[in-house]
Amino acid sequence: MIAALSALAVVVAAAAHEEKAGGLPQLNPADFSPQLAWLAVTFVLLYLVLSRVTLPRIGEVLEERRDRVQRDLDAAERFKSDTDAALAAYEKALSDARLKASSMAKEVRDRLAADTESERARTESELTAKLTEAEQRISATKSKALASVDEIAAETASAVVGKLLGEDVSPAEVKKVMQPAAE
Amino acid sequence: MQQFEIKRLIPMELFGYDVSFTNASLFMVLALAVIPLFYLIAMNRRALVPGRLQSTAELSYEFIANMVRDIVGEKGMKYFPWIFTIFMFILVLNLLGLLPYSFTVTSHIIVTFALAAMVWLIITAIGFMNHGVGFLKLFVPDGVPFWLLPIIVVIEVISYLIRPISHSVRLFANMMAGHAMLKVFAGFVVGLGLLGGWAPLVFLVGFTGLELVVAFLQAFIFTVLTCIYLNDAVNMHHH
Repeated sequence: MIAALSALAVVVAAAAHEEKAGGLPQLNPADFSPQLAWLAVTFVLLYLVLSRVTLPRIGEVLEERRDRVQRDLDAAERFKSDTDAALAAYEKALSDARLKASSMAKEVRDRLAADTESERARTESELTAKLTEAEQRISATKSKALASVDEIAAETASAVVGKLLGEDVSPAEVKKVMQPAAE
Repeated sequence: MQQFEIKRLIPMELFGYDVSFTNASLFMVLALAVIPLFYLIAMNRRALVPGRLQSTAELSYEFIANMVRDIVGEKGMKYFPWIFTIFMFILVLNLLGLLPYSFTVTSHIIVTFALAAMVWLIITAIGFMNHGVGFLKLFVPDGVPFWLLPIIVVIEVISYLIRPISHSVRLFANMMAGHAMLKVFAGFVVGLGLLGGWAPLVFLVGFTGLELVVAFLQAFIFTVLTCIYLNDAVNMHHH
């Protein structure tokens, strides 16, 4: 504004100075028609060239770039979601494998424990059987031995009695005599 | 003021009117050649990743496109090529005028007035085409007491009619002022000679930089105002 005002002052001063020479060149009506004619022609031509050729070209390039950027962004988005899916699948496979491995380990452990348990039970029962058999054998031997003791005692007694009495006493008789004593 | 003088390079006449090819015509034709040529070269490769020139071309496109979109909205994009033409035409004419020995077409009131009048006529036509007689409601702001209305409407009509004048004088005065100042200080440089001419020369260098900014700014302002007027015609928003 200030520039414009000072300029106007300059213009007015200059106009006053050049009054003799015909004033400001801008205010000479004789110059108006060539100016207007050429202004109209050049402006209309410029408008036609810009609006038909130049601006559509620039608009096209800008549009193309915008599309390209959008396409690239879309592609990047797609790749990212693909990566995410692959990562999720990998995580799932990993956790599945881990689960399977632990279940397998547990199974093996259980089987081994069951095997050991049955083996132990079998051995134990075998041992028990052997033990009872041995005990039976011992008690049989013992009763046999005890039975033998009676006979031996009877035989010995009959021999002793026979020697003492000078007559033969059968062991059966001895036994008969001893029976009440034994009881 | 010799720098503003119209010189007839090729005298011509059409239907009794003087349509000579003048130095002003030369620079208009130059702008007409330079602008499409710049875009032709800049957009030649149509690269996906733009180089320096192509970036500049795309920047100018986006700059005006965003301006129209921000001020007028999507409905205004129909008029984008027109607004773009106005901006580039004025900008290039302003910048060409800064070259030594060149001529500044936009420092002529008749040119800026013709541009502003074109803007005004086209926008008024758009307003009536979009809203019919309802476009006249633009002169009746909402929420004004009825007894004030006669005055307000008169003021609104006058301010609407005066638009092309304020629109054109702003551009004309700025361009002319800058160039007149440059000329005056250039005169000082020569006048003060080798001994004293340095000070105005330094000033001249700085002022030329300022004029570059003004050349852009005035083209920008002219375009922004066109968008604001267009917004009135397209959307009829009251202020």
